[in-house]
Amino acid sequence: MKEGKTVNACLLERKHFDTLLDALKVRGYKIIGPIVKDNAIVLEPVESVTQLPIGWVDEQSNGVYRLRKTDTPTLFNFTVGPHSLKQYLFPSVQKIFMTQRQGKSTESTVDEKVERKKKYAFIGLRPCELAALHIHDMVFIGGMYSDPVYQVRRKDLFLIVVNCTRAGGTCFCASMKTGPRAERGYDIAITEVYEKNQHYFILEGGSDRGMSLLKELKQGKEIDGRVQKVQELYTKAVQEMGKAVETSKLKDILAQQLEHPEYDNVGNRCLSCANCTLVCPTCFCSTVEDVTELSGASADRIRKWDSCFTLDFSYIHGGPVRLSVKSRYRQWLVHKFSTWIDQFGTFGCVGCGRCITWCPVGIDITEEIVKIRG
Amino acid sequence: MAKSKKQRKPKLAVWKFASCDGCQLSLLDCEDELLGVAKHIEIANFAEASRAISKGPYDISLVEGSITTPHDAERIHQVRRQSKILITIGACATAGGIQALRNFKDAKQFVSMVYANPKYIETLNKSTPIADHVFVDFELRGCPINKYHLLEVINAYLNGRKPNIPTYAVCVECKRRFVPCVAVTQAIPCLGPVTQAGCNALCPSYNRGCFGCYGPKETPNTSALSSYLLAQGRSREELVHLFRNFNAYSEAFRKESEAHEK
Repeated sequence: MKEGKTVNACLLERKHFDTLLDALKVRGYKIIGPIVKDNAIVLEPVESVTQLPIGWVDEQSNGVYRLRKTDTPTLFNFTVGPHSLKQYLFPSVQKIFMTQRQGKSTESTVDEKVERKKKYAFIGLRPCELAALHIHDMVFIGGMYSDPVYQVRRKDLFLIVVNCTRAGGTCFCASMKTGPRAERGYDIAITEVYEKNQHYFILEGGSDRGMSLLKELKQGKEIDGRVQKVQELYTKAVQEMGKAVETSKLKDILAQQLEHPEYDNVGNRCLSCANCTLVCPTCFCSTVEDVTELSGASADRIRKWDSCFTLDFSYIHGGPVRLSVKSRYRQWLVHKFSTWIDQFGTFGCVGCGRCITWCPVGIDITEEIVKIRG
Repeated sequence: MAKSKKQRKPKLAVWKFASCDGCQLSLLDCEDELLGVAKHIEIANFAEASRAISKGPYDISLVEGSITTPHDAERIHQVRRQSKILITIGACATAGGIQALRNFKDAKQFVSMVYANPKYIETLNKSTPIADHVFVDFELRGCPINKYHLLEVINAYLNGRKPNIPTYAVCVECKRRFVPCVAVTQAIPCLGPVTQAGCNALCPSYNRGCFGCYGPKETPNTSALSSYLLAQGRSREELVHLFRNFNAYSEAFRKESEAHEK
């Protein structure tokens, strides 16, 4: 990954936005971007600019997500939806190997073939999602052992991030230092500007291939001064962000407050339904199930998304360790903001707010941290 | 178990109590897989499929339906005595079924309203699950059960392994299928967060809330869900209806509906 200092930037008029998609197609990428589906903005294959959520705005709060169509024909005036890169790079259900009996012997052969996927270009990712991707890189391919399923999908991604000029109702990226503007890890960063009947995009290259693609686009008017202007838009997004996590000394405070009474309160409210962990772009837990063929001649091992909120998650010899919902909530919160640092050197939270929006009873992790910090 | 099947195929029996037959139909519904299953087990007693019935004892008994009559309360003990492994299939057998709605009222009144000659009707006041009467080795939830679960349990038995039957919430299945939460996007009252998975999130994938066909999940927090729905403006009456479906008499759902009835 290249460090993404603004080396090369250009201005793309709205009417020429299709040329960006065309340039990706010419390079053989399958484009995945935001579309409106099932009352939400989700990540799915995109062929043309008309499929993007033109004019759609999302309104999010604790346990609530609503879409609203406006007359302003913006392409990216929404924040994060229920989906993230995770579903493409870390499939929710994945066969990881197949084993077969050889004749009468019990010897097994293992087929660990990992299928090659298409080259994906993602458009419309948010800075917090790039931060989450960086964390997943550490988890899946950054250590001694690499996850082959993730590795093969991670390769050759073309990442187009859209900087946020508006904060969602549950966002707190500014306090986690992951947004609203992407600092690194992208090929192209887009900032959308819509004002006084002017509709254009500032595009910044963050990698060699990103910058070489920019050169092919139909360049708009002079860009001077406008890069400065978009700075004001990021500042506005930070100012309107209603939620925050005070991160100073948080790792140690949480480690010392394991018996804080707030865990009893939140344990009474929490449904242990696992929604928060499954929408989280950094949660990476999985379980494996072995499925035999009826005769027992062969068996598949299937990996599925799992969650620390399920009873089976902590099942060891003798039974599950985390019987109470309180202990499961505490495990999750403390992992995200404390033990994750021991494990990977960063917070496990990027401030995207998905766990707050998609909690069916609206539990707010930022409020819980305020209470536990005391 | 893998060895014994070489000598003799395990014998399977299917029993019916108070039920609609939908669950045992799931076995017949395994059209592509049924011949494969029959290669490994002898379907020895399955009246819905064949009049040819072999005598017990049986290695596996699948029991459908709830206990609603004095006669059935006796019969289930006979079934248990003939069965090495007894597996209940469906909401009736595991929770009393939709007919357990009678448990919240006086069944005698219903009998007198429905039948011209109530004296011929011999019924118990409550519809109860099989596990209230005999020891049950495994319970398959659902209204109806998922046929792939049935195959999985038979498969696990044949191969001497634990069946992969989840106990977590329906929400996990929604998320694995990338179905955006209908409760969050549309404020649809959905039992998914307190209901055991198994249907592969069928209703939410068709833009409906979960009806709770698979009964309560492990550690279901029904009261927290109710509090939230009440705060959203739902009435207590709605909550009673929400929890009183096919698994109305399961402990968690029963207690929750009763809490809102007064």
